Amino acid sequence: MNKVFWVLLIVLGLAAPWLMYPVFAMKLLCFALFACAFNLLLGYVGLLSFGHAAFFGGAAYITGHVITAWGFAPLPGILTGTLFAMVLGAIFGALAIRRQGIYFAMITLALAQIIFFLALKLPFTGGENGLQGIPRGTLLGVFDLNQPITMYYFVFAIFMAGFLIIYRTIHSPFGQILTAIRENEPRARSLGYNVERFKLIAFTLSATLAGTAGATKSVIFQFASLTDVHWQMSGEVVLMTLLGGMGTLFGPIAGAAAVITLQDELASFGSWVQVAIGGIFVVCVLLFRRGFVGELARMLKAKSS
Amino acid sequence: MNLDAILAQTMLGLSQGVFYAMLSLGLAIIFGLLNVINFAHGALYMLGAFVALIGYSYIGPWLGYPDFQMGFWWALFVAPLVVGCFGMLMERFMLRRLYQFDHIYGLLLTFGVALVLQGVLSNYFNISGTAYPATPEMLNGIVNLGFMYFPKYRLFAIVLSIIVCFATWFMIERTSLGAVLRAGQENPKLVEAFGINVPRMVTLTFGFGVALAALAGVLAAPIYSVSPLMGADLIITVFAVVVIGGMGSILGAIVTGLTLGLVQGLTQALYPPAANTVIFFIMVIVLLIRPAGLFGKADG
Repeated sequence: MNKVFWVLLIVLGLAAPWLMYPVFAMKLLCFALFACAFNLLLGYVGLLSFGHAAFFGGAAYITGHVITAWGFAPLPGILTGTLFAMVLGAIFGALAIRRQGIYFAMITLALAQIIFFLALKLPFTGGENGLQGIPRGTLLGVFDLNQPITMYYFVFAIFMAGFLIIYRTIHSPFGQILTAIRENEPRARSLGYNVERFKLIAFTLSATLAGTAGATKSVIFQFASLTDVHWQMSGEVVLMTLLGGMGTLFGPIAGAAAVITLQDELASFGSWVQVAIGGIFVVCVLLFRRGFVGELARMLKAKSS
Repeated sequence: MNLDAILAQTMLGLSQGVFYAMLSLGLAIIFGLLNVINFAHGALYMLGAFVALIGYSYIGPWLGYPDFQMGFWWALFVAPLVVGCFGMLMERFMLRRLYQFDHIYGLLLTFGVALVLQGVLSNYFNISGTAYPATPEMLNGIVNLGFMYFPKYRLFAIVLSIIVCFATWFMIERTSLGAVLRAGQENPKLVEAFGINVPRMVTLTFGFGVALAALAGVLAAPIYSVSPLMGADLIITVFAVVVIGGMGSILGAIVTGLTLGLVQGLTQALYPPAANTVIFFIMVIVLLIRPAGLFGKADG
C-alpha cells in the first residue's frame, strides 16, 4: 500500500501547481513537513510536544531576519533558520525529557511561551506586526523565486528532502529503538539503551525539521508573525498529526491537507474556524484515534486477512 | 527603588498569585484522581467570568426581563455552579471514555474543548475585553495598609481566595470525605469494594476542580476585563506553576501558586521586562536541579 502512497505523493506533488493555486500548494507542503516532523516525535517516540510552534515560528523569524537585514540568499537563510531550530530543539529537548508524559507536554508548552514573549518583545521582531516584506530573492543566483512555479518546486524539493530524512530515520535501526522506547520504555532501558539520548536526538531532529518548515514558510509568504510562534500553532500541528494518523508515514500529510483546506474554506467565518478545529479535536480523540490513514490501513489489513 | 514600592508590587503580585493558586489547586485535585491535565481549565476560568458578566448585563434583556441583573455576590455562587455542572457533563460524557487510553488523549480532548469555548465566545464578545460593571459598592475605593493604599476589591479577592484554598486543603487532608478521595487516588478498585461509587466521585471531583476555576474567573472579572482569551495565556503560566510545584501535594499547589505570584510581582518592580517570563525561567531552573518539582514525587 505504501507504494501507492509514494506514487500518489510524487505525482500530486509535481502536478500540484497546475491543480491549485501555487501559494496554497506551497502552504500545504510547508505544514505537511511540519506535521511529519512533529509525527516523528509523537508517533514514533510517543512524546507529545505542545511547543513545536517555537521551532516553526522561531526559525521563521530568524530566516526572515537574516534575509531582510543581513542580505542572506534564500537557501542560506533557510539553513540558518533550521540551524537555530536545531539548537533550540537541543536545549528544550534536554530540559523537557527530564519529565514524562503529561508533564512533558506542559514543559514544552511553557518553554515555547518564552519564545513567544521574545518574538513579541525583541527589537528585531517587529512586535505585534511581525517581520514583513521578506524578499524571496534568487535561488543559487539562477532561479528567480518570485516566479510562483519556480518557488513551488523549490518548496517541493525541500519537502521531499525533509520527508526522506524522516523516512530514513524511521526505517533505520535508530528508528526501531525509538519505537521500542515508545512501546516500553523500561524494557528499552533494561536492554541497555540510553533512552534519554535517543529521546534527545529524536526531539532535536523533529525540532530541526519543524524549523525547516517554518523557515520555508517565511520565504513563501514573505512574513513571519506572532501566529507562527503562538501556542495555537502548536495545537494545530498536533491536530494535523492526530487527524491524519499518528505513527503513520503519510498520515500527517493528509492531516495537514485537511486542516489547511478547512481553514481556507472557513476563513471568512472568523472565530468559527477555531470552533471547528476544537470540535474536530474532540471528535477525533473520542471516535477515531488512529486518524484517516491509520483507519484506512486497519481496514485494508482486516480485508486482506 | 524604596521598600514601600517593593512592598506595593509584592501585594499586587500576591493578588495575581491567588489566581495561580486557585487554578493550580483545581488542576492538582483533578490530576490526583483522574490523571488528566485539564487544558480547558483556563477556558473554564474564562467561562466563570463570562457567567458573571452575562448574568449582570445580558441575561435580563435576553429573557425579556430587562430589569433582572445577577449581582456580584450571586455570581460568586452561580458561576461555579454553572461551570461545575458543565465540567461534570464534560467528564461524564467525554473524558470518561478515555481513561483506558494514554493520558495524553485527555489533554488533547480538553484542549479541543478549550478551543471551542474560546471560539464561540470570541464570536459574540470583544476579544480585547469588556469591563465588568457590577463590582459591589462596599468593595469600591482603597484601603490604607500602612505601607500603601491598596484597592479594597483586590484585598477582598486575596482574602477570599486564600480562605477558599485553605478550606479546600482542610477538606481534602483533614476530613473523612477527603480521606475517601485520597484513598480513591491510591487505589480506586479497593475503594469501590468498600461500596463507594468511585465513578460518581470522579465526576464530582472534576466538577469541584473546575468550579474553583470558575470562582477564580468571577473574582478576576472586576480586576481584569472579561475577554474570551483571558484564560488562554494564564493557563500556560499555571502549567509552569504546576511543573514547578509538582502535582503531588494540595498544599504544595497552593504555596507554589502564591509564591510565584509574589516573585512575579517583585520582578515587575525590579526588572519589568522579565515579569512575563520569570515563572518560565524558574521552571527551567527547577527542572535542572529538581526535575520532579519542589513538592513532587518522581513521576515514573
